[in-house]
Amino acid sequence: MLLCDEVQLLRKLPYFAEVDTCKLKLLAFASERVTFKAGQRLFTQGDSGDSAYFILSGTVDFLVNTADGAVKVSERGANSIVGDISLLCDGPRSSTVQAADVVEALKINKDYLFRIMDDCPGMTMKMTRALAERLRLTSSELDKVRALQKA
Amino acid sequence: MQKTLLRYIWEHTKPQQVFILLIVALSMIPYFLAFDLPKQIINGPIQGQGFEDLSATQNFMALSLTIPFIDYTFGFGGFPLDRMQTLVALSCVFLLLVIINGAFKYYINTYKGRLGERLLRRIRFELVDRVLRFPPRHAKSLNGAEIASMVKDEVEPFGGFTGDAFVQPALLGGQALAALFFIILQNFWLGMVAAFMVAIQVIIIPKMRRRLIELGRQRQITARRLAGKVNEVVEGLGTIHAYDTSNFERADVASRLGEIYRIRYDLYQWKFLVKFLNNFLSQVTPFLFYLIGGYLTLRGTLDVGQLVAVINAYKDLPGPLKELIDWDQARQDVQVKYEQVFENFEVEDLINPAIHALAAVSAQPKSETLHAVSVSLNDDSGAKVVDHVTMKIDRGETVALVDHTGRGAEAMAEAFGRVAWPSSGRICLGEQDIRELPESITGRHISYVSTESYFFHGSLKDNLLYGLKHSPVKKYTYEGKEMRQRLWEIREAKKAGNPHLDIRAGWVDYSYAALGNGAKEDLQKSLLAALDAVQLTDDVLELALHSTINPEEDPTFAAQVVEMRQALRTRMNELGMESLVIPFEPNGYNAQATVAENLLFGATLAPLTPDNELLSSEHFYNALNKVGLQRAFVDMGRTVARNLVEIFGGLPADHPFFRQITSLSAEDISYYQSLLQRKNEPKPVNFRLSDADKAFIRLTLEYIEPRYRLGILTSELKDKIVGSRELFYTELPAHLRELIERYDPDKYVSVASLRENIVFGKLSNSNADGVVELRTLAATVSRELGFADQLLKAGLDYDIGAGGRRLTPIQRRKLNLARALIRRSDYYVFNKPLPGLEKHTQEEIVQNVLAFLGQQENDPAVIWVLSNISLSRLFDKVVMFDAGAILEEGSYETLEQESGTFKALVA
Repeated sequence: MLLCDEVQLLRKLPYFAEVDTCKLKLLAFASERVTFKAGQRLFTQGDSGDSAYFILSGTVDFLVNTADGAVKVSERGANSIVGDISLLCDGPRSSTVQAADVVEALKINKDYLFRIMDDCPGMTMKMTRALAERLRLTSSELDKVRALQKA
Repeated sequence: MQKTLLRYIWEHTKPQQVFILLIVALSMIPYFLAFDLPKQIINGPIQGQGFEDLSATQNFMALSLTIPFIDYTFGFGGFPLDRMQTLVALSCVFLLLVIINGAFKYYINTYKGRLGERLLRRIRFELVDRVLRFPPRHAKSLNGAEIASMVKDEVEPFGGFTGDAFVQPALLGGQALAALFFIILQNFWLGMVAAFMVAIQVIIIPKMRRRLIELGRQRQITARRLAGKVNEVVEGLGTIHAYDTSNFERADVASRLGEIYRIRYDLYQWKFLVKFLNNFLSQVTPFLFYLIGGYLTLRGTLDVGQLVAVINAYKDLPGPLKELIDWDQARQDVQVKYEQVFENFEVEDLINPAIHALAAVSAQPKSETLHAVSVSLNDDSGAKVVDHVTMKIDRGETVALVDHTGRGAEAMAEAFGRVAWPSSGRICLGEQDIRELPESITGRHISYVSTESYFFHGSLKDNLLYGLKHSPVKKYTYEGKEMRQRLWEIREAKKAGNPHLDIRAGWVDYSYAALGNGAKEDLQKSLLAALDAVQLTDDVLELALHSTINPEEDPTFAAQVVEMRQALRTRMNELGMESLVIPFEPNGYNAQATVAENLLFGATLAPLTPDNELLSSEHFYNALNKVGLQRAFVDMGRTVARNLVEIFGGLPADHPFFRQITSLSAEDISYYQSLLQRKNEPKPVNFRLSDADKAFIRLTLEYIEPRYRLGILTSELKDKIVGSRELFYTELPAHLRELIERYDPDKYVSVASLRENIVFGKLSNSNADGVVELRTLAATVSRELGFADQLLKAGLDYDIGAGGRRLTPIQRRKLNLARALIRRSDYYVFNKPLPGLEKHTQEEIVQNVLAFLGQQENDPAVIWVLSNISLSRLFDKVVMFDAGAILEEGSYETLEQESGTFKALVA
């Protein structure tokens, strides 16, 4: 996959919809291409993180540690971004992400992303909006779970 | 040391001084004979005295000597020679005397020089010896540079003075007295006038020089302080920059220089004033002669002949007198210097030399206990930090010392380590006070490690084994010329009062290695185990992997590296992990390597920057043309440039991306931008490439497909690059070929680091955990191959720099601890040796060290002052100090149950 293809894929993300092509190209160029084999971890719950992964191909599983061991809670496929929460707040990873099959990803470094956000004021807004959307989804799911527990 | 330098010199060179005095006296005979001879030649053969007759002869070498009292006369009639023969004979005698005088002068000067150098050697050694014997408290207040300047520079003039110390005054004094005596003989009263003037000179001039001496003393002290200050500036460079105090330091140095200048200027003024006065007094005497003598002559009481004789005789007086006064000046000068140095090195409480006596084997007191009997300790300000503490440590015991308040535990450890001396009470090993035991016992039976560490310039290994160098244990065998040289060294050392221990001998005493029983392999084992215990092994390996070696110096090791490289590759193939590393293969394109690396198929000594010799040479581009890659590379570079300009073009020049993700700077980008905008570049003559095309080629050379992902490196181009390797290399002229060291899977690459030599390829990006996997695999393979030990050995040769500054602070702490673990002792005193280490690392190391020492067969005791009190559970016994006294004592469990204070501290 070439740099320009990566840029095309990145553009499809709501985060980057309004970013200049050349800025996006810069981000892609600054990011490292990494390959994970099935079973390899992109990152582990509890570790501190300084980068997010943009999945170019393949599928990843989200695992959460429970008393009975790691439990898969969801999965994500190509053209999605994982680990983005850690980019914005310096907390530990909330879940483990593991490659389900061969995964090609673009490792986006926090510092580089911030640099680019500084140059594109619109992007911060987009990002906030995307995150708020995620928060809304998560809290409605949480409400559902609570309702189920009460019932 | 003696109070005055003259006495010191006399004490150490008495026989030599007497001898040289005799030689000087002896040399006077031919000296005065040579004075008389020219007169004889001129009067005799040349002017013809005694040769009035043509056939007259004179007896040559006729002499007769009458021994007084017994009136025995013996003599020699001599040879009868005619006038011409006499001329030749006398001239020959003159030549002979010249030679004899020269030989005497030569002998006396070398003898004096040698005498001076020996004394200098003696005094320098004595000073350093005293430094080694300074009591610990005094040592703290020393400035190393000032001491160094004293030992090196300030004693230097002593050597020159030694030869003249007694000879000069004897000689010149004799001459001056003789001249004076002669004047008195001519005329008593005129002689008295001369004697009076001499007395004035001899009394007044030294008085005036007293100020000179005082100024000299000041000059010396300020110069020494300057040396200390310069040393401070060098040592504290980091701190100075950190706090922006460089101008403060500049002001300090400038004011010191100003002070030195003031003193020196003052000194000059006085010096020349004294000189003026001295000259004046010498000239006044003839004035008095002319006036008084003339007056007496005119009055008729003195005849002219006498006056002329007095004035003539006076000519010989000022010379020796002046030199004598100069000698006195020199004497006072060196005396001041001597007193200065003497004050600094004459310290009360100097360690008794017997304590430092050399002992090959120390008498091993078995199962002695270490006692502290009512020990009190003061700190440097005089405050009491330990108050009458009595404690006992048995062999095999592990004791944790902790402080509740105060620093009693630390001070106690210092006392056990002999770096602090008790103000009252004593510390005993067995029955004897450790301050009275020789260091050959205490220094081997007790190993002390504190926060402070000092490392000597040398390799890691030198420093690790430092604690085993007590005495020369293995003689160096000398042969032939070396043997003669060595015998000479011993003889000279003895003459200068220096020890003649052989620095070339083997000093490392294997029998004191922590593990085993004295074989050389045991030392190796102890060393490795100690490194493991303090978790320094990985660091040492890392140092080794970073280093480059010269395969010609160590061909076996280079071969082992290649062997390791191949074993690693084989193992990767066996495990199906071959994709981890893309190896450099003669017939394959390495996708993770740059185009340049693929084309040159070798490593270059210098990185390929535009001003690299290779890239700035026209031959390089010609060779590219020959292999038919020039056009393709220019086109490819143009595409890369277009992309880079697009990506980076809009960024401000100081944007961090420039340095972080490309080797290009903002100026480079705008340069390429301007190149791309240029249309129809005029072709240079001679088919040479334009600068623009060369710039594009340079971009191509750095291109790595997976990194840039521009999709411009087609497989045809790759094949062509691989196919052109050989031709390209042969097309380069020899001087450029020398800059490239070509890859060969079976050969060591000398310009690459050990790591690059082992991996011999590029890490592939197809596996995100590749680095970790490769490291684990390489570690396993190297252990199986026994290569890890070799690598460790290479790491141990790492030069740690002055004071160990090439290591990180943490590495230094660990090295400091390992250095003590390597040596076998009965008592190990660790005084907070691991500050700044993470808590869990600290715990691991404490555990490791206790386990390491536990397996030692001599059953050592461990005394550990802990900063992390919770670690005290690892010890047999815990002693808690509070305000310099023992508050609680007992096992961890008992203290935890019974002592509230301890419980609170641990929690």
